Amino acid sequence: MMILELKNIHKIFNQGKSYELVAVDGVTVSLEAKKITVLKGPSGSGKTTLLSLAGCMARPTSGRIFLGDRELTSLPERFLTEIRRTSFGFIFQQFNLVKGISALENVMLPAFPLGGSHSALKKHAQELMELFGISGRALSKAEWLSGGEAQRTAIARALINDPPVIIADEPTAHLDTKLSREFMDIVGRLKAQKKTVIIASHDPLVYEAAVIDRVITMRDGKIEGAEA
Amino acid sequence: MHSWIEKQRNIIDFTLSSLSRRKGKNIALLLVYTLLVFLLASVMFFTHALKREAALTLRDAPEIVVQRMSEGRHEPIPRKYIEVLNKIKGVTSVRGRLWGYYYDSVIGANYTILVPENFPYKSGDIAIGSGVSRVRLAVKDDMVPLRTFDGISIPFHIRDVFSSESELVSSDLLLVSEPDYRRLFGTSKDLFTDITLKVRNAKEIPTVTEKIVMLLPDTRPITKREILRTYESIFDWRSGIIVAILTGAVLAFIIVSWDKASGLSADEKKEIGILKAVGWETSDILLMKFWEGAVISLSSFLAGVLLAYVHVFFTSAILFEPVLKGWSVLYPEFRLVPFIDPYQVATLFFLTVVPYTVATIVPSWHAATIDPDSVMRS
Repeated sequence: MMILELKNIHKIFNQGKSYELVAVDGVTVSLEAKKITVLKGPSGSGKTTLLSLAGCMARPTSGRIFLGDRELTSLPERFLTEIRRTSFGFIFQQFNLVKGISALENVMLPAFPLGGSHSALKKHAQELMELFGISGRALSKAEWLSGGEAQRTAIARALINDPPVIIADEPTAHLDTKLSREFMDIVGRLKAQKKTVIIASHDPLVYEAAVIDRVITMRDGKIEGAEA
Repeated sequence: MHSWIEKQRNIIDFTLSSLSRRKGKNIALLLVYTLLVFLLASVMFFTHALKREAALTLRDAPEIVVQRMSEGRHEPIPRKYIEVLNKIKGVTSVRGRLWGYYYDSVIGANYTILVPENFPYKSGDIAIGSGVSRVRLAVKDDMVPLRTFDGISIPFHIRDVFSSESELVSSDLLLVSEPDYRRLFGTSKDLFTDITLKVRNAKEIPTVTEKIVMLLPDTRPITKREILRTYESIFDWRSGIIVAILTGAVLAFIIVSWDKASGLSADEKKEIGILKAVGWETSDILLMKFWEGAVISLSSFLAGVLLAYVHVFFTSAILFEPVLKGWSVLYPEFRLVPFIDPYQVATLFFLTVVPYTVATIVPSWHAATIDPDSVMRS
């Protein structure tokens, strides 16, 4: 079953200007549910842009995106936010934790506007942190966390609203080999939980991992090839 | 409804931890803001309470006071004028008043001396205001000597030291009997200081004053409303001085708050991007920024108003005393009756809380409308 379908997607930055940049150039791709897909390619190949388009973080210049049966391209911003909140969990390259607040609060952050019970939310966040072995750091401020702890916090945050799709952009870029392998173990656990995972990475530790179902190679905004 | 409340609670929770992150900056802002509201509210409460005090004092005053004018100055008025004024239609009572100023060379202060309508004591007795009692170290049943116009010292028996509802006007007062007053100043029995009139119907006051001027062209009728207006303009003028001084402070605050509120730092912008990326709507971010502005401005407002209340009604506006009460040897020692005009508080609220909150929201709205994918590229 396909969860995400991107049809003839173009994304052009600064269109019509002398410094116009075509980041994604006519990409058509279908991503399967409950599988792990890696977008591989050098810097500037369009991986991150494609990831942000798939995750409703940006709109394509042209083309259509479907999540299941629902077309997302023409939806107003309000609905896109709703979809982003309920369907996608994001793990960013820089982790993007909010500094000055605790790791626990960072994990709870995506659920704040949903209006659920505060105590239930807190309990759920603590469970997730427990799952990733960082419950001891729950009350530490985000900036006091080590690289590995910060990333696990970011993963827990991505899972707080229990989304079916997890999107990770260069998740191992700031991790050493040991932590990168641990990250891939976590990805394996997510797969076991029937989550769809889409990762953009040019790290062989990621795209060569056994747990990966599919690798899509990108170059100059186009798909070069896909291997299962 | 429950979910809406939980959402507000969650966002307020986050806002509070957000505020505590920039503790130093926010506390400084809170202090400056509170100080400003405190100063403005103090001026407002004080002038308003003084005006009210004046209105209270004049509540039982006669509708019209008639003074005789000579060479452009106020002169004693002949007793026979009372009969003329009594004949004017609509006038219910006419009474000659005796009052003046007594210079106390021992202290170097001027007292107001007055013959009240019903002086309960006999000739040789006196009732004094609490200010006089303080400076002369005289209490009830003491004797206090006063010098007559021709240099003779007469001892008076203090029968009462009064503290009135409004010490502001009674502090320097001496009350004596009519014969004693005439003896002190050598005022003829045919003269009064001025004449007071009571008029049954307030609408007739302009007609009565016109008739007075016609019948007694050398007199000047002063209505109660005019006196009240004079008091108000004096207090307004004094509070105007304070406000003028405060303008600098207000402007400085506007610059500080505008800078703080309108200029989002790179960190704040990034934070908004993260919130959008993890699924916050633009409206959620604006709600958060609204609470942020509201927490600072509301707490400053409440603290400022509360401090101003204590300052004005419990410490008698110790900071503004010299400017607002005027200059006198005898400072009245009084406490204003606490009174707050909701309309004024609302005005202050709209002048301080609303602009700050708006200034906080607008730049965030700009930042919150950016595409969340900017976070992916940072």
